[in-house]
Amino acid sequence: MSAEHHHEHDLPFWRKYVFSVDHKVIGVQYTVTGLLFLFFGFCLMMIMRWQLAYPLEAIPVIGTWLSQSMVDADGVLIGDGYNALGAMHGTIMVFLGVVPLAVGGFGNFVLPLQVGAPDMAFPKLNMASYWVYLVGGIVMLIGFFVPGGAANSGWTSYTPLANIATTGQTVWLFGMVLLITSSLLGSVNFIVTTVQLRAKGLSFFRLPFFVWAQFVTSFLLLLAFPPLEAAGVLQLMDRLADTSFFMPTGLVVSGELQESIYSGGGSPLLWQHLFWFLAHPEVYVLILPAMGILGEVIACNTRKPLWGYKSLVYSAIFLGFMSFIVWAHHMFMTGMGTTLSTFFQATTMIISVPSVIILTCFIISLWNASIRYNTPMLFALAFLPMFAIGGLTGLPLGLTASDIHLHDTYYVIGHFHYVVAPGTIFALFAGVYHWFPKVTGRKMSEFMGKLHFWPSFVFINAVFMPMFFVGMAGVLRRQFDQTEQLQGAVVHGLTIMSSWGAWGLGLAQIPFIINFFWSIRKGEKVGDNPWEATTLEWAAPSPPPHGNFETVPVVHCGPYEYSVPEKKTDYCPQNVVMEA
Amino acid sequence: MASSAEEIKAHLKIYYMVFGALAVLTVVTVAVARLEVSIGMAVAIAMFIACIKGSLVACYFMHLISERGMIFWILIICVLFFFVLLLLPVITQFEPAHSGLVEAV
Amino acid sequence: MSDVAIPHDMEPHPLTGMYNGKFGIWLFLASEVMLFGALFSTYVLLRVGAPEGTWPMYGQEITTGNQILNVSLAFVNTLVLITSSVTMVLSWAALKMNNFAKGRMFLFITFALAGVFLVIKFFEYKGKFTHHQVVLKEPLGVDGEKVITSKTDKGERKIAVVNGHAENFGTWEEDGYLLIHSDPTESHDHSHELKIEADKIKRATRWGPNASTFLATYFTLTGLHGIHVIGGMVVILYFVLTGASDWKKRPEKYINRIECTGLYWHFVDLVWIFLFPVLYLL
Repeated sequence: MSAEHHHEHDLPFWRKYVFSVDHKVIGVQYTVTGLLFLFFGFCLMMIMRWQLAYPLEAIPVIGTWLSQSMVDADGVLIGDGYNALGAMHGTIMVFLGVVPLAVGGFGNFVLPLQVGAPDMAFPKLNMASYWVYLVGGIVMLIGFFVPGGAANSGWTSYTPLANIATTGQTVWLFGMVLLITSSLLGSVNFIVTTVQLRAKGLSFFRLPFFVWAQFVTSFLLLLAFPPLEAAGVLQLMDRLADTSFFMPTGLVVSGELQESIYSGGGSPLLWQHLFWFLAHPEVYVLILPAMGILGEVIACNTRKPLWGYKSLVYSAIFLGFMSFIVWAHHMFMTGMGTTLSTFFQATTMIISVPSVIILTCFIISLWNASIRYNTPMLFALAFLPMFAIGGLTGLPLGLTASDIHLHDTYYVIGHFHYVVAPGTIFALFAGVYHWFPKVTGRKMSEFMGKLHFWPSFVFINAVFMPMFFVGMAGVLRRQFDQTEQLQGAVVHGLTIMSSWGAWGLGLAQIPFIINFFWSIRKGEKVGDNPWEATTLEWAAPSPPPHGNFETVPVVHCGPYEYSVPEKKTDYCPQNVVMEA
Repeated sequence: MASSAEEIKAHLKIYYMVFGALAVLTVVTVAVARLEVSIGMAVAIAMFIACIKGSLVACYFMHLISERGMIFWILIICVLFFFVLLLLPVITQFEPAHSGLVEAV
Repeated sequence: MSDVAIPHDMEPHPLTGMYNGKFGIWLFLASEVMLFGALFSTYVLLRVGAPEGTWPMYGQEITTGNQILNVSLAFVNTLVLITSSVTMVLSWAALKMNNFAKGRMFLFITFALAGVFLVIKFFEYKGKFTHHQVVLKEPLGVDGEKVITSKTDKGERKIAVVNGHAENFGTWEEDGYLLIHSDPTESHDHSHELKIEADKIKRATRWGPNASTFLATYFTLTGLHGIHVIGGMVVILYFVLTGASDWKKRPEKYINRIECTGLYWHFVDLVWIFLFPVLYLL
């Protein structure tokens, strides 16, 4: 091993930190890129919130900097620009921010360590998936600079609107194909690593919940992403070769019948089927890794085994399986027919059960624990009620009758943002604070962490809670100027509150940014296992060297052996045989 | 999984037999298509033959027949979702859009 | 190059019975099943949803009775691809029996057969792009004789179709006519000229992807399959060229690589086995 370390030191900088095949470096690359994209996507949203709160007023300061495809001469946002911001906010947050951070970042760094592997099963493939992702991300951003601006048909790219949209849509499709390819390569790597590279003694039911969550997530990526790749190819054909996969017969665009260009005979519903076949499992791709992180943080900071570990695992598997047959609950209002609606309503109600089981297990895990209220735990604790709100508000959307009123309103925006923003992103913050000592050998500042958490917690609710009421009033989600219609004007006060909440939330991230960079250099130095945690990643040095472990670990017990009676310490690492 | 030279030699014979079967079945596919049967029947026959050919390729050329359980489970799940994707969206086409809704109003 | 020794890089894992690469390629193939699954789903949905008479039956256009796709070429191509699958597995078997020269020869034959497949495919595509079709709004105002009227006239709008095979089928005249200056009915004994008023024409296209949803499906499915063939050819050629040194250094690894390539190649064959009847015969 020491010879290998020596060899690694000899590598030139660009091989060691840029084109690295080491899963830890790739994990950090994913994390940093993902955080940057999250920040960028957040900025797009802050501009949108200006238009919503103060319609048709010039955007302060940056208004005149934006390109002509977005603003007029006075710096007032135009409709197409607003649409592009909306489409790109969604795309960037989901495909370039949260998933790369949760799966590419945390998965890459933590998973091989937790299964006791020296690296991923295919290190070079791992490197390729990061670079394909980065190129895909850059292609997406290039969209802003093509004539007509970035894709502006929503992140769902519904056809036939997207078929006849400006060039930005073509760029978006190429970007998506690259991102999907990257995810596919990554998921193959994760599954093989989990199955084949587990340390001796690490049976499937000794795997930490985080590994299980990543494992199920990888299957979702593996089997759900290809249909969107196919759909992307079909839409590219429609746009570039004038085929009619999604072009219905007799379509009139701007008063002109499209017969001479398109043969017709296509089905706009087909796109929605293929898109949501991916995009619903994608929701669980967003939430499962977050739940995995939560499992680690909660078990460690309650100093108790996770309550119902096996139910958690079975629920995660069931959730993954069911997520493939609920997709059309996004399509109740498309006229796809009542038979399908009824079927998908039923499966949607069924899939809420495992989610509730997982949440319940986490909440019961808190029972009677002496909780350490450190920053990661605060974010994890905030996740529980926030995810519950997000999940429960989803039920009226999953029922066909109530969906008629709520569909495509701000209620939907409120619902899924509660799941993803104070849900997943809070869990990701918990993960950053939790594993930061493993990556750098230093802790992040607790004070700054709390300064990050409390304002974030308050502001994020100020952003999304009003949306439920705005939505129930009937304000549509893609509306450029909400005050144009009576219902929007009536609840406009709440919309303004949302906007100020968003800008406040932006400010609340400043402590995190400072803390992140300050702690890399100046953070408190800590040992290999500062949280006194049990899972294998804490058995490796901090930061782990190339090849991870000094001696190949052998596992003797389950993942969460905390506070086992009659043991010397209140935790028993998986690789240690603890005497009484 | 074959390892020794003798086992491989035994395999070779199977490979040639499978090749013969595939070629014959291809001819059969085209021949059957010339018969004047209803389109439903034609689809059923053609898919039946294609499934036999596909299984032959998967089992013998891809050695699936001698693999262990795990990969089967993954492929079974995969095929299940394949059929979900293939069949569920089509149901839309059998239902006149807005049927109940319009009449109720 | 990773200098870390990855477990089960070569020796099978007891749970799966596979080394990492083989397990990985199977997972990749599972995702490929879903990729083509989505495209087959597209085919089924569009076909079932197509109004009667607009989707070809038994590979024949309903309005004219024309055979759209060339079954004989596809039949030959099916045999070519099946043969290439056999040579692929024979290559692996030869390597397993420690016969590198024979293994590499079969590998090269596989590559060559894949090339033959693509050449045949090229002529098939070319045949489509030199076939022209003019669909009229009404079968009126055509100055000439060879006009085929719709066979399935159900009291709806009458459609006239002018069909034919030629490099240059027609030219747009300045006074608003389409002048067709080749025999449009494929019997080359004498030449006709047809004059069609431009505003009577609904669509005038080659049999490219934009001609109909059926041809769009055909081109997308076979095109994507073709890209898979090209990808496989690149990999196979790479192993033909670098085989000798690889074989010398780590023969076991080389055999594994050929096995994984083979799994991919058989899958490409498998997809074609389903594409052939679905597109050409039904």
